[in-house]
Amino acid sequence: MAEPVPMVDYLILDERPHLRATLCSDCGATYFDRRNACAHCGGTSFSHQDVPTQGTLISFSIVHHAAPGIPTPFVAGIVDCDGTAARGNIINTPPDPEHVTLGMKVRLATYSLGEKAGVEAIGYGFEPA
Amino acid sequence: MAENAWILGIHMTKFGKRPTDDVVDLASEAALGALKDAGVGMKDIQVLAAGNLRGGGGLAQALQKQIGQTGIPAFNVANACATGATALRVAIMAIKAGEADFGLAVGAEKLSGVGLLTGNTARAEGDEWTPAGRFGAVTGLDGRTGTETMPGVFAQVGMEYGHKYGGASFELFAKIAEKNHAHSTLNPLAAYQKRFTLDQIMNDVMIAYPNTRSMCSANCDGGAAAVVVSEAKLRTLSLEQQRRAIKVSASVLTSDPWQAACQVLPDINTLTKAAANQAYEQAGLGPSDLDLVELHDCFATAELVHYDNLGLCETGGAADFCNSGATWRDGTTPVNVSGGLESKGHPISATGIANIWEVCHHLRGEAGDRQIEGARAGLAHVIGLGSACGVHILEKSAA
Ligand SMILES: [Zn+2]
Repeated sequence: MAEPVPMVDYLILDERPHLRATLCSDCGATYFDRRNACAHCGGTSFSHQDVPTQGTLISFSIVHHAAPGIPTPFVAGIVDCDGTAARGNIINTPPDPEHVTLGMKVRLATYSLGEKAGVEAIGYGFEPA
Repeated sequence: MAENAWILGIHMTKFGKRPTDDVVDLASEAALGALKDAGVGMKDIQVLAAGNLRGGGGLAQALQKQIGQTGIPAFNVANACATGATALRVAIMAIKAGEADFGLAVGAEKLSGVGLLTGNTARAEGDEWTPAGRFGAVTGLDGRTGTETMPGVFAQVGMEYGHKYGGASFELFAKIAEKNHAHSTLNPLAAYQKRFTLDQIMNDVMIAYPNTRSMCSANCDGGAAAVVVSEAKLRTLSLEQQRRAIKVSASVLTSDPWQAACQVLPDINTLTKAAANQAYEQAGLGPSDLDLVELHDCFATAELVHYDNLGLCETGGAADFCNSGATWRDGTTPVNVSGGLESKGHPISATGIANIWEVCHHLRGEAGDRQIEGARAGLAHVIGLGSACGVHILEKSAA
């Protein structure tokens, strides 16, 4: 079977899957999207930086109503990965305020999005550490 | 010294379901109401700014074709939920620049029955995994890497504040909605005028925890418009017009400056703080001088952080401030005595003028049953996600 593809290009599927930020060479600002320039300093030179896979949940919402076709409920989270904030769903735990709490320790986890044309796609979320 | 601007006339339509009115009807009703209130006509107006987000564009000219084609410059503006404030800001800038003596700003929206503002719809999926967009995504990311829904985004804004400073429980957020729904019972133009108990709010349909349905802004139809005038011109008008005119002591529009993580979770705090600070500086007033505040409670979770952002409480003290009862209409800093977006309603492009109307109504002493007695100064705030923030400080005429 072909190599799996990541859900987003900043998810790196090596032995230890992790997120990879785009780092401004001039000011150190981090991004996850394709850049035209740095929104902080205007620099146009970038490198990459691996993001720690462990972090702290600094905000979340348990979404019960979403656009048609999006399964609910799910937990939308913001995770502080040792100084770099990342978005991700909180997975592998029940989506309720008893199991998901502010300040909880989480770690990156991957899961299969399924297969298309013989290729598997891999997504990511964060699970309780 | 730039020319001072005053609100000469202002009007808000009834908010709610307006099935037989289109956007131009709502804009016309608002504009004609504001012109009548000002005691002037379209022939006097030298600049028009109009905003609408969901009607297909060109509201300014469509409005002119109904109420007066006088050939003046017309600006169509769009700035998410700050669209109305942006229209007003454009008219005020023209006054301050000395290019016009009279300006008209209008916002109108049809939003009844639109349902949840989700930000987008699920992406259509093909037969192969094809990376697309700025994240090289092979699938729709809404629901996979967090949420694009407004209730969910603003829930996270409030929860982030709670993580930082503590005290922000589900019940606390619900108390904010309880207050705003209670306030709306005195506002005949509100879309909803129904009081809810804390239990009813917390047990309502959960949209995006901790925001239940009654903690979300109410989608509805509505329009609002304002006529602004230069101070020099105002002094030539009748004593009655001068007496009812409201001084625009500060008019500020900001966008969000870069902050770490601001592209991961929208930062609605930094630009609001910047707008508030600039506004207080312009007006020569501080938060303690305000008799009432209309702020952008698109969700109960958002109102909490704006207590702090607007300097109504100490940094980090929004939960205690809320629990103290200060923001109820009989408190020290009445917030959203109109009922706010949660109950008065949120026809997005009208909101940034409707909040000015509410403040003016009190400063003129014309707010009837919900009058804040002796109100002399008030602040109106809106946020459009993206983001844009409008803050206006208004003062009663000394005359
Ligand atoms: Zn930079």
